[in-house]
Formats: sequence, C-alpha cells, structure tokens
Amino acid sequence: MADRIQPNPLIPPAAALPAAAAASSREPPAEVAFDIADLSLWYGSRQALYEVTIQLPARRVTAIIGPSGCGKSTFLRALNRMHELTPGTRMTGRLRLFGQDLYSPGVDPTHVRRRVGMVFQKSNPFPTMSIAENVLAGLRLNGVRDPALLRERLEQALRMAALWDEVKDVLGRPGVSLSGGQQQRVCIARALAIEPEIVLMDEPCSALDPIATAKIEELIRDLRTRYTVIIVTHNMQQAARVSDRTAFFYLGRLVEVDETRTIFMKPANPQTEAYVSGRFG
Amino acid sequence: MNPPVAAPAAPAVPLLPSIRHWPDRAFRWIALLAALAIAVLIGLVGWELYHGARLAIAQFGVGFLASSRWDPVTDQYGAWPFIFGTLVSSLIALVIAVPLGVATALFLTEFAPVRVRQPIIMIIEMLAAVPSVIFGLWGIFVLVPWMRDHLFRWLQDGLGFLPFFRGPIYGVSMLAGGIIVAIMILPIITSISREILRSVPDLQREAAYALGATHWEVIRLAVLSYARRGIFGAAVLGLGRALGETMAVTMVIGNRPAVSASLFAPGYTLASVIANEFTEATSDLYLNALFELGLVLLVVTVVVNILAQLMLRTFTGGASGKVS
Amino acid sequence: MTARASFAPSPRQQAWRRFTNRVMAVVLLACALTVMAPLFLVLYYLVREGATSLDWSFFTQLPKPTGEPGGGMANAIAGTLTLLAMAAAIGVPFGIMGGVYLAEYGSERANDWIRFTADVLNGVPSIVWGMVVYALLVVPFKTFSAYAGGVALGLMMVPLVMRTTEEVLVLVPQGYREAALALGIARWRIIVVIVMRTALKGIVTGVLVALARVAGETAPLLFTALGNNFWSHRLSEPIAALPLQIFSYAISPYDDWHRQAWAGALVLMALILIVNVTVRVLSRERRFT
Repeated sequence: MADRIQPNPLIPPAAALPAAAAASSREPPAEVAFDIADLSLWYGSRQALYEVTIQLPARRVTAIIGPSGCGKSTFLRALNRMHELTPGTRMTGRLRLFGQDLYSPGVDPTHVRRRVGMVFQKSNPFPTMSIAENVLAGLRLNGVRDPALLRERLEQALRMAALWDEVKDVLGRPGVSLSGGQQQRVCIARALAIEPEIVLMDEPCSALDPIATAKIEELIRDLRTRYTVIIVTHNMQQAARVSDRTAFFYLGRLVEVDETRTIFMKPANPQTEAYVSGRFG
Repeated sequence: MNPPVAAPAAPAVPLLPSIRHWPDRAFRWIALLAALAIAVLIGLVGWELYHGARLAIAQFGVGFLASSRWDPVTDQYGAWPFIFGTLVSSLIALVIAVPLGVATALFLTEFAPVRVRQPIIMIIEMLAAVPSVIFGLWGIFVLVPWMRDHLFRWLQDGLGFLPFFRGPIYGVSMLAGGIIVAIMILPIITSISREILRSVPDLQREAAYALGATHWEVIRLAVLSYARRGIFGAAVLGLGRALGETMAVTMVIGNRPAVSASLFAPGYTLASVIANEFTEATSDLYLNALFELGLVLLVVTVVVNILAQLMLRTFTGGASGKVS
Repeated sequence: MTARASFAPSPRQQAWRRFTNRVMAVVLLACALTVMAPLFLVLYYLVREGATSLDWSFFTQLPKPTGEPGGGMANAIAGTLTLLAMAAAIGVPFGIMGGVYLAEYGSERANDWIRFTADVLNGVPSIVWGMVVYALLVVPFKTFSAYAGGVALGLMMVPLVMRTTEEVLVLVPQGYREAALALGIARWRIIVVIVMRTALKGIVTGVLVALARVAGETAPLLFTALGNNFWSHRLSEPIAALPLQIFSYAISPYDDWHRQAWAGALVLMALILIVNVTVRVLSRERRFT
C-alpha cells in the first residue's frame, strides 16, 4: 500500500502542515469528548447516516470532510440534537458527551445545546440586536444579570473571536452592520460566550472571502487550547490547515478517521484516497 | 440543371403582431379605461364628500373638529364626540385583537401540527366572511346582555377603582363597540401576522436554538423581535379596518354623543352617526355636517391605510391588497 | 472532567424556563381557541333563533305592517339578488378589464400607482361609498333607487375584483403567452382566449368572493336603496335588501320582527357560506405552485 502514495498536488507538503498537526502526535492521547456508537439517522423513510462509530477527542480540532450529500452536516447536527427541529427525523445508536448519554430520556435538548455550541454556514446575528446584545444573548437567556460579569464575558468572547479590537468602540451598532466575516466572528463570539464544552462549525467560511476565511482559520487553531472543535468543511485544504484529526464520510457512512496527516498522505481506504486526491467529489 | 430559385421575398407583415392592429388597440384602450376608472373613483369620492360638506366647512371651520355640540335643533354641529368615539372604540378593538391575533398566528406557525392548521385557518377566514350586520344582530341579543349581566359586572367589581370601569352599566357601551370590532378585525390581523411570522428565516430560529433556548425563548428572541415591524404594520392595518366599521358598532354602542371616561357609557362613532341620522337630516347644514364627518372619516382611514401599506410593503412585496 | 462553565443556570432557573415554555404554549392555544369561538357562537345562535322561523311564508310573503305578526322577507331576498346582479354588471367588467390592464399592459410605475390606488379604495369605509352615490344618483334624481344601491355595491366591487384578477393572471406562466405570440396570434386574442381562459377559475372565484362581500353590506344601501316594505316595480324606486331588513328589524322594538331578523340573518349567512364553500372547492382543484 505504501507504493501507491503519490504526492497530492492539492495538499501542502508535510513540512508546511501546521505545527499543531505535527505536535498532536507527540502529545499524550487526548480525552474522548464524543463517544459515538452505531449512530444511524433517518429523515422520514430516507436513511441519512449508517451506523457511524467514532470517537472525537477533546481539545482537538476534528474536521469532517466528504462530497455533498454524504451526511456530514447531518452528523454534525446530531451532536447537539439540532436535527430534532426537523419533523420526522429518527435516530438510533449511542452518543455520549464526556461519558453522559445525550439522548437518554431525561435529558433536555436545551441543556445539550448549552454545552455544545454551533456556528452556522451563513452568519445569522440577530438583526434587531447590537453587537454586544448579540454576543450576550446566550448569557442573558441563562439568567446572567450581573453587569460586571456580562461586560467581562463580552470582552472575553470578542477577544477569543479576534474581534475585540475591531468593534470595542462600536459595540452598540447593530449586529448586521458588520461585514460578512465580522458577522461570522460575532456569531462565533456569541457561541463562545456561554462557555460551551464543544464548538460545532458547519462550513463556517463557505460564504466568506479568503481574507476573512484566513482570520477564522487562525481563530480555530487558537480555540483548540480550550475547546473541542468539530468542523465540517467541503474545502480539503482548509481541513488540512486547521485540523488535528479528519473524518471522511461518504454516502452516510464513516469511511475513515485518522490523524489529518495520515488521511491526506497515506489514507488506508482507497475511497478516501480517491476523494482527497480529487478524483471525485 | 434547374435555374436557381429566387429566395422568397421578406414577409410584408412582421412575424409578431404589433399593437397597431385595431382590435388590439381597442382592447388595450378598454382595459386602460377600466384601470383608470380607479383613479376616477378616488377623485370622485374625495370630491363628492368635500362638495357635500362645503356649507359646514364654511360655517364651522376647523373648530368643527373640537366642538362637542351636536344639536340639530339649533343647527350647531361639532365632530369631537364622534372622533372620540371612533378612536376609543378602535383602540379598544386593537388592544384586544392584536395580542389575540398575534398569539393565534404564533400558535399556527410554531405549535400547531400541520393537519390542524388548515381547518383553523378556514375557520378564521369564515369569521371574516360574516357580515357586519349579523355581528350586530348577535351583538344586540346575545353579546350585550351577557356583557351587561356578567362581564361588565366582573370588571366593575374587580377594577372599579379605575375611572374606565365606573358608572352605570347599560350594556350598550363603548366597550361593547370595541369588543365587537375586535372580533371583526381578528381575521385580518391573524392572517397578516401569520405571513410575517412565516417570513422569519429558519436560520434565525436555529441561531437561538443553538444557544440552548427553549421554544418560547426562541420565539421571543428570534421570531418576535425580527417580526416586530411587520406586526406593527398588521396592527395599523387592523386599525384602518376598525375605523370604518359601521353596522355592528351602531347596533351595540348606544348611539349617544357623549364623551365619557367610563367604558360602560354609551358612545357614538363617525360612521354610526352618519348611518343613523343621514336620512333624518332636515336641513342643508345638518346634511353638510354629516358629510363633513364622512370626510373626516375618509381622510383618517385613508391615511392610516396608506401607513399600513407602506409598513407592510417589505414583507408582502406590495401585494397586500388582500381582503381577508 | 473538562472545565465547567464559570456560571451555570441554577436548577431553579432551569425549571422556571421549562415552566414558562409550557405555560406559553398553553396560552397560545387558548388564544387560538378564543379567536375561533365567535364564529361558532354566531352560527349557533343564528341556527337556534332563526331556523324555527324559516317557513314557506318567510320566503314568499311581504313584511306585514308595523307591529303585526307574521309576514316574510320575500322582497328583501329578491331585492338582494337584484342589487347583486346590478353590482356585478358594474364590478365585473371594470374589475376584470382593469385587472387585465395591470397584468398585461402598462408600465411598472404607472401600474404601481394604480395598484396603490386600488388598495386605498379597498380601505374606504362602506358608508362613505353610500354617501358618494347618494350625492351622485339620489340627489339629482330626487329619489332613492335600486340603481343607486346597485351602483354603490358595484363601485365597491371594482377595486376588489381588479386586484384578485390581476393576481390570478400574473400566475399564468409567461411561456403560454410567448408560445402564442410565436404563432402569430393577435395580442388581444392571446389575452382573452389563452391567458384568461387558463386563469378562469381564479377570476370566477375572485368575482364570487367580491359578490359575497358586498351581499352582506348594509351601510352603502342605507341611503341609496333605502329599503322597501313592498315589491319594487321599477329600478328607479327604493328596493328592499336582506341586510337592510335585518338591520331595521333588529333595532325595532317588536319581538316578532326580532325573530324574523334572525331568520333573515340565517338566510344571508347561508348564502354567503355557500359561496365561500364553492370558492374553496373550486380553488382546491387547481394548484399553480
């Protein structure tokens, strides 16, 4: 199998891969954030996910790649029970977050979503709120009233989203008055403000220009020190740039998951290899 | 070898029929005239009312709007009691109908299972089809007696310390007028609110859910705040409707030109006084005064309706001429 | 275990939020039920009070003189039908052709103004229409008449039918027009034979809806048609109409007339409901989207 390796023109050579990816192989094995076993999901009678079994490590960035319609967004949304908003969906299998079963009968979905935050493909700041109100929306919902605490969290979240310096003087402006990339960072700040344990990102840069994309990718790399990030992307170079581990999905099944370097340079599965070398998808 | 055949001459008539043919022109003119009839109508309405009111306008001037004297015997007329009555009854109607209508629209868009939605919408549309006079009939013999014997008593017992709920209870009253108009404007407020709530993008709702919000919190945070302006427009549209209601109001409001703080007191609206006294107007000035009331009603209604159209234009794309 | 958030909603807060969520759902349901209730209440009382008075004499007899029991609303029913026919004679041609103009001809800006004006007219209170037609047709001829009543109702119909016709015509796919044009058919023929024919159901339902609307109108008739306790022999005489009769009976002091008012209201409501159900059935069969 080693002889089949050909340098993939789309993927930067090993030396250019971010240090984080190289470093992860030298760090102690990570704690498991998500422990997923035999996850299957149906929209009505159409099955979208087939017995996905995977473990997602904590405080790492895991990228989920695959061609359109392969189920990666569906899988992502199952992690914070957002698929339940669509009527007619059905799920089987086990999904544990730090040991806790997220789907056991007593668990409140709103509770799950507080611990597992989400950033969407298209930025969606609340249009009737200012930048500050947007970022603090989640905190206020959860009953935080102390103005000092709110100010502190507002600054913290915006700093983490690399937006503080740009907006600190105009926090009262409407959230929608910013550029696309800035709006997306507001949404990221909003998600981070409630201190989730996990941050899910569904193609967060697909609607952004390259400069804004670069800023957000830098942000993602910084987030891994404190958060577990699961990012769905159709952009393979992006996956290679930001993630520690990569999972390849195809037609609703998990085909292969491994360290990002391995997936892109020495994938074990021929389908994976065909996808990452651009032969389909 | 055959001689080459000459290419056929270019057709003398253009391939596309142009509008220069006379049946086409005639048809277009007929259609244009019909469309212009609208412009003629609005001009006609304004002119006839103004013309019919000119004596009163000349006689009373602007003071007409503030005067409370309505005395056919001495030919003294003032519009204030009727303006007051129209405004108060319409306001009561709004206060009742807007929360109920928006709540129902929310129920339909956020909670109702799909199969239940259509029947409910149908029932509300049927409510819109009930003529004003039938509401009035039901009002006189069913609603007003019940309110007089029960609802108004409870209100007076519980809230009698407020000036609105003091005073003798006859049944026919400003409050009765407001309630019956509320019932009549509920369908339009509900249906417009529904359209507006449906236009809230799902992405907004998802943003709120992803923060760990409960269903009601999502509605409060993402749906209602987004739809604020549109719902206000729906309310203004409802106001426009309420201002013009005639028959049902006439039958339950008591028809006394009095300005009172008590909601249990009888009242009189612009439309009601015209309906009741038009055919009894003995003098020219009397009739002119009624026309002037009609002019006031027309101006207020048109302005309110235009405001509502402007507010709702962004949501329904200008096609908000729907009736129910 | 990973770091906990530096704050977390207390169990009491969580419970309160869940409680509020449930309560609001119930409140919204209650509001929806409250909104639906009046229709059932009105229909119930109409049937309860009116059904027993619906006998043969109600439909065939004229009203008896003031205070005498008995009699019917034959003239009012006939009058309403007459007035509707006259209203249609005005409302249908002007309304449909106006709608045709808006949908098929004209410029963007001019049409916007026309549409705007039509919407404004739709908001004019019905009693104002009565006053206008009074000034136009009653004063010059010094008589209340069926003509005046019919014209008042007809004028109200025009902006209504215009808008519904336009909405339906616009839904006809442009492809039909282009195909016909490419065949060299005259424009007016295309509009009438192809476009209007395709949209016919929608046009008809629009007209029916407008008719049902004006059938129940009382205010515009108060000083145009005026009402009549006898048969009208000429259209230039005052004419009875169901809503007018219902109104004057309802506000009268006689119990017998009250009874008849309920009966008349039941008949009027039944008429309107039949039209509405017909419209609904017709609309269901066709889906453009």
